Amino acid sequence: MTSGFEPRIVAFCCNWCAYAGADLAGVSRFQYPSNIRIIRVMCSGRVEPSFILNAFDLGADGVLVAGCHKGDCHYLTGNDKAEGKIEQTRKLMDILGLEQERLRLEWISASEGLRFSEVMREFVEELKKRGPNPLKRKVVS
Amino acid sequence: MSNRSSIDGIIERSRAYNCVQCAKCSSVCPLSGVDESFSPRLIAEKILLGFDEILYEKGLWTCLTCGACDDKCPSDVDYRGFIRELRGKSRQREEVWKCAHGGVLQSLMRMMSDSALKQDRVGWITGDMKVADKGEILFFVGCLPYFDIIFEDFGVKSTDIAGSAVKIFNHLGVTPVVMQDERCCGHDLLWSGDTENFMRLAKNNLKQIKKTGAVKVVTSCPECYRTLKLDYAEYFGEQDFEVLHFSEYLSDSINRGELVFNEACRLNGRVTYQDPCRLGRHLGVYEQPRDVLGSIPGACLGELELNRDRAVCCGSSCWINCGQSSKEIQKRKLEEAKSIADLLVTACPKCQIHLKCAMGDLEGMDMDVVDLTVLAARALGYLV
Repeated sequence: MTSGFEPRIVAFCCNWCAYAGADLAGVSRFQYPSNIRIIRVMCSGRVEPSFILNAFDLGADGVLVAGCHKGDCHYLTGNDKAEGKIEQTRKLMDILGLEQERLRLEWISASEGLRFSEVMREFVEELKKRGPNPLKRKVVS
Repeated sequence: MSNRSSIDGIIERSRAYNCVQCAKCSSVCPLSGVDESFSPRLIAEKILLGFDEILYEKGLWTCLTCGACDDKCPSDVDYRGFIRELRGKSRQREEVWKCAHGGVLQSLMRMMSDSALKQDRVGWITGDMKVADKGEILFFVGCLPYFDIIFEDFGVKSTDIAGSAVKIFNHLGVTPVVMQDERCCGHDLLWSGDTENFMRLAKNNLKQIKKTGAVKVVTSCPECYRTLKLDYAEYFGEQDFEVLHFSEYLSDSINRGELVFNEACRLNGRVTYQDPCRLGRHLGVYEQPRDVLGSIPGACLGELELNRDRAVCCGSSCWINCGQSSKEIQKRKLEEAKSIADLLVTACPKCQIHLKCAMGDLEGMDMDVVDLTVLAARALGYLV
């Protein structure tokens, strides 16, 4: 893909695990690319297909949804719900013709700062290979 | 243009200045019947008197634009047009308005307006269906493949409607054109005031329809029907193709003697028909769906008390307004339908979704809601 392309990623992080994980990555000074815009949600189960599609509609190149590991959800089953919603969104993306790889679901606990930075690095690499979001009519920075 | 002068333009185009505040609109409004705080008359009065804060109020977005008021208005006010344009105004002022389902359908529609998108939307076509890329008759599917995924939980399979339509076409010896990269018709965006994206969707569709060489566009969705027939003509001039609803196409084929339902697939039951507002009041198609139902062997048609031009909307439109009032309208409709029939037939995929959704909230309500197209395919012996 064109050199110098920096993907823009919207990350929905759950308050109890993934957001704390991102925080830990920060305080532990783990380096990760700055392509990410984090939106904190109380639970990954709160992330509806509309949030994700809206992000793509507004020009995001990738969307990450991150929550607690299975069985660790602060609200017991929120991450199961998240899984269902991501599955539904993937089906919609399939019909729309958006690559499924642009949407990632990850379980990151509050102690996994290193993992958070690794996931971010991997995702940015992947998106750099895939190139920009085909929908670039309305770019919000 | 100042805000007020553009509102004056809306008042003029919709003839709202004729309003004599007789409140006949409020008396027939299905929404006012379940929600006292909603009054079409009051919205008109406020706009006419210059209380523009109405643009920031909920009423503008809860209106079903079903047109029940238009039919009764003695002053010939185009109330649905009035609301439609005011919504456009309300959006310009970046008013926060919320769509049902988190706005996912509007997001999808806006994304579809991007010409760079390459959809993969014809997965519902199975091996036993014959479709073409070019031809005289085009079947406009609408957003059915998306509904299938979003409304999976209600047990609604909207693409069955499209599948049934194609099977009936094939039964009649017609191979319909189905566009691989068809876009949303833009109905919902237009009625939620997003004219810009509506235009983009429409341009894309018109370009594609021209390429197929179709002279007849048939659709099973009344909203697509209205948009393709009236709104595309309004925004882009008269088109050189004819637009038909599938019920009209069916009724024509029955009248010409081409389509004969299978006596072996008798229905044996009481059915009732829900008039979709876009098909009925907006376009005056009342009799064709009833003719189709009448010629299905064993279907005994009973009418809801309010039918044809007096029919009550299914309670929600354009994926904007859903709430307690919608549910109440749906509940009343389902209860009435259940008292007179075993099967509720509708000619709109969205009515079907809304009524099925409401059914999930009502205990002991297990009525079957079927689309007319699917019912017709079953009466021909197809397993749908």
